[in-house]
Amino acid sequence: MKVFQVINAGLFTTVQDLGRYGYLRYGVPISGAMDTFSLTAANLLVANNENDACLETTLVGPKLQTLATTQIAITGGNCSPTVNGQRVAMWQTLTLREGDVVSFGRMESGCRAYLSIQGGINVPLLLGSRSTYVRGGFGGLEGRQLKIGDVIEASDMSLLTVEYSLPIKHVPRFTNQLAAHVVLGPQDNMFTEKGLSTFLSNPYKVTLEADRMGYRLEGSVIEHVLKADIVSDAILPGAIQVPRNGKPIVIMRDAQTTGGYPKIAAVGTADVDLLGQAKPDDVIEFSKVTVKEAQERTREYYKLLKTLRGLLDRKAVNV
Amino acid sequence: MSNELYVSARYLPFGDNALLVEFSDTISLEANLKVTVLSEAVTKAKMRIEELVPTYRSLLIRYDPLKTTYEQLVFQLKDLEKTLDKPSPETKRQKIAIPVVYGGEYGPDLAYVAKHHRLTEQQVVKLHSSREYRVYMIGFVAGFPYLGEVSDEIATPRLETPRLKVPAGSVGIAETQTGIYPCEAPGGWQIIGRTPLVLFNPMQQPPTPLKAGDTVNFEAISEKEFRTIEKQTRTKLSQRNKSE
Repeated sequence: MKVFQVINAGLFTTVQDLGRYGYLRYGVPISGAMDTFSLTAANLLVANNENDACLETTLVGPKLQTLATTQIAITGGNCSPTVNGQRVAMWQTLTLREGDVVSFGRMESGCRAYLSIQGGINVPLLLGSRSTYVRGGFGGLEGRQLKIGDVIEASDMSLLTVEYSLPIKHVPRFTNQLAAHVVLGPQDNMFTEKGLSTFLSNPYKVTLEADRMGYRLEGSVIEHVLKADIVSDAILPGAIQVPRNGKPIVIMRDAQTTGGYPKIAAVGTADVDLLGQAKPDDVIEFSKVTVKEAQERTREYYKLLKTLRGLLDRKAVNV
Repeated sequence: MSNELYVSARYLPFGDNALLVEFSDTISLEANLKVTVLSEAVTKAKMRIEELVPTYRSLLIRYDPLKTTYEQLVFQLKDLEKTLDKPSPETKRQKIAIPVVYGGEYGPDLAYVAKHHRLTEQQVVKLHSSREYRVYMIGFVAGFPYLGEVSDEIATPRLETPRLKVPAGSVGIAETQTGIYPCEAPGGWQIIGRTPLVLFNPMQQPPTPLKAGDTVNFEAISEKEFRTIEKQTRTKLSQRNKSE
């Protein structure tokens, strides 16, 4: 069913779900939402499956014309969304009628917003996911970002009789100062004590070279012991590579699956989502945690998602 | 390439949801065999893990921290590793022949590689296509196989300035490695030829015909044969797409 026509595509808008898992050994990156929490919430707010495909916007969002009555939710960074020029709330179900124009305004916080559509966006499932991998040219809408004139279809439609909203205390707040918890390694032994302490005690700024593949950071130079090259091995989103120039690179979800720079540390699951909302000039501070502590944080994070599910489910039962 | 295996494998944490079992810090057949053997043993042991990524000298194991812990996995893996002391016979590995048209517009660096080693182009082709290569790993871009090792007689450093676009199917050399670009990508390998085979197709399961541990050999073909195979492949692909 045709739901939207793209009037304006925005800076970089793609179709994403929770990601393409299980194909790293074939060189296929995980892709998927840079902020999976916000995508999950967007889906729950329109009673979708948590893994349904949504639109992911980057800094400047798109302008969409509604082709049929539908329900959506907009989550993620505060993108000042409007419908027919009127500000609408984020983190809640919105009902749209044919002809309504959805627009994204100034990005007040964060970098990426998510727009879910009741039924989920209908694009082919490739290797278990609907996520767009633009560099590989597959997934999502013809393997590319949205362009003017595109038509967005939803898989099936059943309007909810109730509009949900996420309690304000569960809405994440995105700031320009990010605290990321890291587990040192796997190649922390390739850095001097001084290098490790530089990394853990100085702020790093996100440069303009920041996209779905990764972020180059600017800041104090991290000292290697000797070499700054390794025989290429596997990398995952959240890994922090430090090439010869001593400036860290955070690996994100569209990155290649192997790399030849030593990894000083890796950011935990919850903080990878947080970093997914980082934009150029934002400042990241890294602090060291043990594997156990990182996993404890991940468990807390999943608990929050469970709470979310409970809240929205209960409302559905009440209808 | 050397054979410097660590005395015992290193177990290294990778964030909150993965760990690395590292056998060496150099490229070696011995380390790569260890990776393959452990990878297969872990698969057989049905451990509670999410996925395995075998590379040159290490095996990445991604797990769900809600289902298992780092300590538990390391304990199980060390136990498993003990049973693998003898190099188990590598059974059921695929052998795949890759047809390649060498030189000309398909292999713009063949002349350079030949000149670099004071060989004729034919000699380079013969040396490249007369041995079997092991798929050490797949990475860089979707479906890119890192194959080793080429004869020292044709091992050539990368281009000083990488190309912005290397066409899909290009076969290249970088030092003692050889590899195939499955799709158009930027790259600095010395391109000596091109295969008409499709090495990555996200509509297929698995998306690539090669996997780490497989054996590959190259067969020199003519430009005419290249076009014929290319046409056949395209027809097959479009038929399959239609039937889906």
